[in-house]
Amino acid sequence: MSLLEIENLSLAIGGQPILKGVDLSLEAGEVMGLVGESGSGKSMTALSVMRLLPDAASAAGRIGFNGIDLLAAPEDRMCALRGDDIGMVFQEPMTALNPLKTIGEQVAEGIRWHTRANRADAEAMAQRMLERVGLPAERFPLSRYPHELSGGQRQRVVIAIACALKPKLLIADEPTTALDVVLQAQILELLRDLVVENRMGLLLISHDLAVVTEMADRITILRGGEVMEAGNTAETLSAQSHPYTRQLAMASMHVPARAKTHHAAGTGPLLEVKGISRDYPARRRSLFHRPERFRAVDDVSFTLAPAQSMALVGRSGCGKSTLARIILALDEPSAGTIAFRGETITGRDQAALRPARRDMQVIFQDPYGSFDPRQRVERLVAEPLHLLDKRPTPAERRDLVAEALHQVGLQPSDMQKYPHEFSGGQRQRLSIARAIITRPKLIVADEPVSALDVSIRAQILDLLADLNQRLGIAYLFITHDLTVARAITDEVMVMDARRIVESGRTADVLSQPRSQAARALVDAAPDLHRAIARRMREQG
Amino acid sequence: MTAYLGKRLLIGLATLLVASVVVFAILEILPGDPARLMLGMNATADAVEALRNEMGLNEGLLPRYLAWVGGMLSLDFGRSYTYSVPVIELIRERAIVSVPLALMSLALSTAIAIPVGVFAAARRGRPADTVAMAASQLGVAVPNFWFALLLVYVFAVWLRLVPAGGFPGWSAGAWPALKALILPSIALAVPQAAILARVTRSALLDVLGEDFIRTARAKGLPRGAVLWRHALRNAMLPVLTIMGLQFGFLLAGTIIIENVFSLPGLGRLIFQALNQRDLIVVEGIVMLLVATIVAVNLLVDLSYAIVDPRLRTAR
Amino acid sequence: MNPPLSEPEVSAGFLSRALANRSFVIGFTITAIVAAMALVSFFWTPYDVTRLIVADRMQPPSFEHPLGTDHFGRDMLSMIMVGARNSIAVALVAVGIGMGIGVPLGCWAAARGGIVDEALMRFNDLVFAFPALLSAIMITAIFGPGAINAIIAIGIFNIPVFARVSRAGALSLWPREFILASRAAGKGKVLITVEHILPNIANLLLVQGTIQFALGILAEAGLSYVGLGAQPPMPSWGRMLFDAQTRMVVAPYLAIIPGMAIIVTVLGLNLIGDGISDTLDPKLRRRP
Repeated sequence: MSLLEIENLSLAIGGQPILKGVDLSLEAGEVMGLVGESGSGKSMTALSVMRLLPDAASAAGRIGFNGIDLLAAPEDRMCALRGDDIGMVFQEPMTALNPLKTIGEQVAEGIRWHTRANRADAEAMAQRMLERVGLPAERFPLSRYPHELSGGQRQRVVIAIACALKPKLLIADEPTTALDVVLQAQILELLRDLVVENRMGLLLISHDLAVVTEMADRITILRGGEVMEAGNTAETLSAQSHPYTRQLAMASMHVPARAKTHHAAGTGPLLEVKGISRDYPARRRSLFHRPERFRAVDDVSFTLAPAQSMALVGRSGCGKSTLARIILALDEPSAGTIAFRGETITGRDQAALRPARRDMQVIFQDPYGSFDPRQRVERLVAEPLHLLDKRPTPAERRDLVAEALHQVGLQPSDMQKYPHEFSGGQRQRLSIARAIITRPKLIVADEPVSALDVSIRAQILDLLADLNQRLGIAYLFITHDLTVARAITDEVMVMDARRIVESGRTADVLSQPRSQAARALVDAAPDLHRAIARRMREQG
Repeated sequence: MTAYLGKRLLIGLATLLVASVVVFAILEILPGDPARLMLGMNATADAVEALRNEMGLNEGLLPRYLAWVGGMLSLDFGRSYTYSVPVIELIRERAIVSVPLALMSLALSTAIAIPVGVFAAARRGRPADTVAMAASQLGVAVPNFWFALLLVYVFAVWLRLVPAGGFPGWSAGAWPALKALILPSIALAVPQAAILARVTRSALLDVLGEDFIRTARAKGLPRGAVLWRHALRNAMLPVLTIMGLQFGFLLAGTIIIENVFSLPGLGRLIFQALNQRDLIVVEGIVMLLVATIVAVNLLVDLSYAIVDPRLRTAR
Repeated sequence: MNPPLSEPEVSAGFLSRALANRSFVIGFTITAIVAAMALVSFFWTPYDVTRLIVADRMQPPSFEHPLGTDHFGRDMLSMIMVGARNSIAVALVAVGIGMGIGVPLGCWAAARGGIVDEALMRFNDLVFAFPALLSAIMITAIFGPGAINAIIAIGIFNIPVFARVSRAGALSLWPREFILASRAAGKGKVLITVEHILPNIANLLLVQGTIQFALGILAEAGLSYVGLGAQPPMPSWGRMLFDAQTRMVVAPYLAIIPGMAIIVTVLGLNLIGDGISDTLDPKLRRRP
């Protein structure tokens, strides 16, 4: 008998089917990877096992855990299992902890609840558990509050809560998606060790095929609430016999076809960044002290040639997004200058910035937050036309919008729609249409594909590469994802702790990183090729 | 924490300072001569002039303002024009009615509102919630003075359980005095409780939708335990804010309700003084009430800092 | 407060969804009836409220006087109708003052930040320390009693309420990516506020507007009751309650009827507000 046996699980929320006959099984000490794109029902599968579904959900089928049918178990039985025999780790560590309770209270709470241990014993256990997940007592006493910890540290606390009573089954729902690659590698390693130590079964849910391949013994691929394929990880991914498996794997490793870059000879640099620093006032310690300053970007310089595609990679919080905003003149640097096409733009007023803005556009990460929900596409995409000296007539404006939509593969008829009528990938196309409508020379893209599913991501990368070729637009790609950098840029700069620590040709830097920060990024980055190869080697 | 509270304290003091300027300026705009008012129409010009000098009315604006503020700091609110006694004496006499009334209704409204709000949130969407929320919707719409009239009609006129109004004074014993305050405090508390119950419910429901509630459920805590251990304390933050804001309405309500029940409190005093143009009394009471509201909001800030560790560790 | 951005579906079919909301429909119907009564009273009332007929005084509800007559023999139904006019006018103008001054202030503070923002917050603290009743008392001390005092006092109190709501809404919008995109398109703060911020906080303001409208009606009644609002012979609901107070024993309906008028009107407005926020609250709707 398996530790966890999901048989023919179906789930509907308010009449809407979410899961259709899902089967899945997991043995003790085994890691099962559950992979799927957004909306595939993977989180709902996990919540069904925990029986923490929304009120309107109704589930049918059987979920066997250690001989108990969880779907039929009474609520108090479930309470006894949750946190004791079954633990769960969630995606968003920043909000997963109660901000008003110490980490000690939160870890000890489950221990006391289940074992009826006294406070001192429970706290001693909590302390040991926190130490085990990498939060030693000297630096992280039980009296710390969540807001005093970083995202990665908070995720460790969540893992400590879930594993405090050595559960037989741990469910981890996208446990590293909100973290950068280096933290991701650390958290995955911790989970792997805990599995081995406690002979836990781990149900690892992820959208990232590479992460799952590195971690999971077996894999289940979910799409639209149905299991597409399930089996041994190495075999499934090397054979890729199911078309959807193949599609996912191809998309995960996708590199757009790009010709060699055509640097326009003889022209000067498009963008020149010289000695940029940015300080922010930190919180006051007391009324009588000066507010301290906190430096977000420290003495950054680089140049970008016309039509060049450059990546700026770094861990979260390294200052790359601040730098992007300064380049876009949405934020003022504390020191340094930026020249665009040879003209200094720092310190200029809004009116004087208009020509530069016209030739420098932006794409943001979140395809849902990038558009005013109350305006139609025509107005949204046309917004940068505000920068033209001669206002286009309504007819001209419609033509320009239609042309931009055409360039990104959308229809002119989409003009009359509202943003919510589009999918995430289509919205990112809209973002791109808006960015190219003034025919800019440079686009700054801040994590433009990291919120997208892999198959959509591949399409958007193709589109961006194509525009680079056809329209000769230079890119500055801000990303934490080396796959993206590798796919679409010629040059890369690695930023770490507010500074640029390494730069060079993308292929060189990523294959032979010289700085420690770059090496850490490269080593930690999940890579599907490598992961499959390693799995194959291990299994002979 | 000290930086946070220090800032709030400074803001409170600054608010009071500006309020005092506003109130003082209003006295200055007003036509009429307080000295003439005190001595009556038949007094000689010399006598009025002498009194003006004595009251310091002939000095410049700034010295008079400073004298007024300085006086208030040492609890000297000046002398009433009509009663010719120190204003602080009048206030003291009346405050022993108004302060217990305000405190009783505050306690009562909190005691009703929080349990009802928690109960409704815990049974969200079920009949108990619907009934509680319909009742609170009605409670919000009821003017407190009308509710007071209704209570008088039912409990004093009809059932004759309590007096319809008036105040026997604390010298008559604690129970008769408290009895006279029961209906007024209910009239004040119920509409306030209705608002507070709604706020409590929606604050709790907001918190119950947070990620950390799911973490607590995944630990094995049943719904009830999650509500008490995790949701309630977080929900108290918005509830405290609303309670601070409501305190101003409570004081205003006290003033009106005292008139319904003919209670000799600050509310009656302020209207008597208004009718007799005894403005120094009006000013004194207004400043006192404003200071109370500012102080209560400081207390709210303080309790915020106690509940929320993010404010405690000034980093 | 949570980001006010109601999800995009809002733009389409908001009215049809509001009409499917029970609270909204009931509240809207009540409010429409009260407003219609007030409007009709300009042209026609069952009896003339300025004519005092002592012979008819304090008659309980009857066929001729559906709601009875008061101590001067005036028809209560006519008094309620004219009183509605007064209540609605005071509360509506006070909301207008609050929105007209508060919303630009709040948007300005959110757009500028720094000193301007701090100053606005301190102004809010100051006004919140003066409940409308205290302002009304001070205004009355200067100008003497009257309906205008009530409007000013309630209006002043409404300013920081709307300033607060619009500031909070605008502050949550400014860091959003679509605003950044708009800034990158060279639009200035004023233009962005008009094109993006205001349309996106309009719902919040609408909900707050109904709440303040209802509070204004309650406050006006309270002020008239203590003699700081509309002065006789102008009929007002609060004043009617004051007159009824000493006659509770003989004619309780004199107190019950104006009280019910206030409650029903306030309830209607609050139900509209509830209905709108139910319809808009993305969290409630997303929850399956």
